[in-house]
Amino acid sequence: MNRFLTTLRPFLAVALGLTLGLGLTIIAGESPIHVLKVLAKSAFGSPYDIGMTLFYATPLLLTGLSVSIALQAGLFNVGAEGQLVLGTLAAAAVGASYPNLPSPLAPILAGLAAFTVGAAWGAIPGWLRAKRGSHEVINTIMLNFVAAGLASYVTLYWLKNPDSQNPETAPVGPGYLIHQFATFGDSHVSTASLLALAVAGGLAFLLRRTVLGFELRAVGQSPRAARAAGISVGRMQIIAMALAGGVAGLVGVGEVLGNAGKFRLGFSPDYGFIGIAVALLGRTRPLGVLAAALLFGALHKGSADLDLETENVTRELSLVLQSLVIFCVSADGLWSWMNTIRKEKRA
Amino acid sequence: MVVDEYDPQGEARLNDQEWFVAAWLLGASAIRVSTPLVLAALGGLMSERAGVINIALEGMMLVGAFAAAATAYSTHSPWIGAGAGAVAGSGLALIYGFAVIRLRTNQIVAGTAINMMAMGLVPFVSKLLYGVTGSTPALSITDRFHWEPTGWAVFLTVAIWGWMRATPSGLWMQFAGEHPVALAAAGVRVNRVRWACVALSGALAGLGGAALSTFLSSSYSRNMTAGRGFMALAALIFGKWKPVPTAAACLLFGVADALQIRLQGVVLWGTEPIPVQFIQILPYIVTVFVLAGFVGNSRPPQSLGLPYESR
Repeated sequence: MNRFLTTLRPFLAVALGLTLGLGLTIIAGESPIHVLKVLAKSAFGSPYDIGMTLFYATPLLLTGLSVSIALQAGLFNVGAEGQLVLGTLAAAAVGASYPNLPSPLAPILAGLAAFTVGAAWGAIPGWLRAKRGSHEVINTIMLNFVAAGLASYVTLYWLKNPDSQNPETAPVGPGYLIHQFATFGDSHVSTASLLALAVAGGLAFLLRRTVLGFELRAVGQSPRAARAAGISVGRMQIIAMALAGGVAGLVGVGEVLGNAGKFRLGFSPDYGFIGIAVALLGRTRPLGVLAAALLFGALHKGSADLDLETENVTRELSLVLQSLVIFCVSADGLWSWMNTIRKEKRA
Repeated sequence: MVVDEYDPQGEARLNDQEWFVAAWLLGASAIRVSTPLVLAALGGLMSERAGVINIALEGMMLVGAFAAAATAYSTHSPWIGAGAGAVAGSGLALIYGFAVIRLRTNQIVAGTAINMMAMGLVPFVSKLLYGVTGSTPALSITDRFHWEPTGWAVFLTVAIWGWMRATPSGLWMQFAGEHPVALAAAGVRVNRVRWACVALSGALAGLGGAALSTFLSSSYSRNMTAGRGFMALAALIFGKWKPVPTAAACLLFGVADALQIRLQGVVLWGTEPIPVQFIQILPYIVTVFVLAGFVGNSRPPQSLGLPYESR
C-alpha cells in the first residue's frame, strides 16, 4: 500500500499544481473548467495540435534528460539553456558553411556538431567543479549568459542571413533537412523526435547496464564511497556534464534540421530551464522524463490558444502552471508537512 | 541582447576635452545603471549569508518592477510605488521561503520555479489591470525618481555593513549561514532568522526592480529585468558575499553596461563597429574566473543551500 502511494505521489502533485493554477483563473473571471477545456483542445484537438505538442515535447525530453544525467552523477545542470543554444548554433553553422553536402551525410554531420559543441560547453563547468571545486550551479548560470552573447555575436557578425532583417543565420543547404511526418499536418514534428526517443533509450541502457553508468551513479550517490572504490570522481563529473551538454545540444537537430532550417536568436522559450522541471517530475528516470516532457509540451502548446479563446487569461499562464507543478512535485516536505498538520489537528 | 544597426555616423574620433566629457558621462550613467544591481545584490547577500541560495532574485526584481510602476502610475507617487515593489518582492520571497525553509525543497529548483512564476504572474495581472500583457502606461516625469534610489543603494550598503559588524542580529544572520547548529545552541531559532532574511532579500530585490521601472525608465516593460537578477548574483560572488565589495562589483558591472550601451554601433578602429557582445558577457566570465580561484578567491557561506532541521 505504501509503495502504491509513493508511485501515486507525482500524479497527485501534478493534479494539485494544475488545480491551484487553474483556480487562479477564477480571479480573472474565467471558469477553470473552460480554461482546462481550451488547454486540452489546443494540445490534443487535431492531428496538427498533437504534432505541435510532440514538437515542443522533443526539446523538453532532451533537456530533461540532460538535467537528469547530471543529477544522476550528483550535479545540477542549470546550463542546458546555454548548451542547447550553442549546439543549435553549431548545427546551423555547419549547414550554412557547407550547403552542398548530400542528404544522409549532411544531417549526421550537423547532429554530431550539435552534440560536440554542447558537450564541450557542458564539460567546462564539469571541469571547473572537478579541478577547481567551484560550484556548477553558479558556473552554468553564468555560462548561459556567455553562450547567449557568443551566439548573438556569431549570428550577427559571422553567419548573418543576408536576405533577412531578423537576427538569424543564413539557411542550411537542402540536403540537411530531415523528414517531417505528414500525419501531423503542418506541425514541424520530424525524425528528431525519434532521435530524442533513441537518446532516452540509450541513456537508460547506459545508466543501468554499463560500467560507466554504474560509476556515474556511484559518484552521484556517494562521492566518498565512489572514491574509496577507486572511481575517479572528477573524471566522472566531467563526463556527466559533457554528456548532459551534448544531449542538450541535440535540441539543434529538431530546431535547425527539422524546423527552421537556420539558427534564430531567441528561438528557445527557456527549454533549458523547463528541462529542470521535466527531470524532477520524471524523477530523473528516462521513462518518467518522457512522460513529463509530454505533459509540459502539452501545457506549452495548450496555452498558446488562451489569448484567443478566453477573455482575460494569457498564454503566460502555462508558466504559472509549470511553476506550481514544480513546487508540488519537488516539495519533499509537503507530505510530511501535511501529515504534521493532520496530527496537530487530531491532538 | 539586441544590437543596434550598424551606424556609420556613430564613428568616434574624439579630442582630449571630448574624452573627458565622455568619461564623465560614462561614470554618471554607470552609477545610474548599477543602482538596481546594488539593491538586488544586497538582497541576494541577505539571503545567501543566512544560508539560503537565491537564484530567484530575477523573479523578485520583475514583480517589484511591475508593482512599482503600476502603483506609481495610479497613486502618482514613486515612493508608494517603491513600497509596493518591496512588498511584492517580499511576497514572492515568502512563497520561496515557504518552499525552501518550511518544506525543504531544493533551493535551485524552487528558485527556478519562482522565476517562472514571476514571468507568468506579471502578464496575468497586467492583462487584468490594463488589458495588455506588454507594459504599464508611461509615468510622467513628476511620478518618477530622479536620484533617490542611488541614495538608498549607498545608504543600504553602508547600513548593512555596519549592521553585520556591530549588532547581534547581524551576527545571527552570519551564523545561520556559516554554522546554524552553533546558532541554535545559543538559543536562537535558525529558521526564524532565515525567514526574516529571505523576506528582506525579496524586499531589497523588489526595490531594485522599482529602481528599474521608476528610475531608469518610465514604465514597466515586458521582462525588463533581462537577466539583471543573475548579474546581481554574479556581483555578489565577485564581491565575496560582503556588502561593500559587492556594491563595488555592481558599479564595475555598471561601467561595463554603460560602456556597452555607448559603444553600440561605434567604430573605433577598422571598418566594423565594436562587437558589444564581448563587453556584455564580461561580467559573467569574470565571475566564473573569480569563483574558480583564478583571480582572487571567493568562498561561499559554509552552510549555503543546506536546509536546517531543528531538533
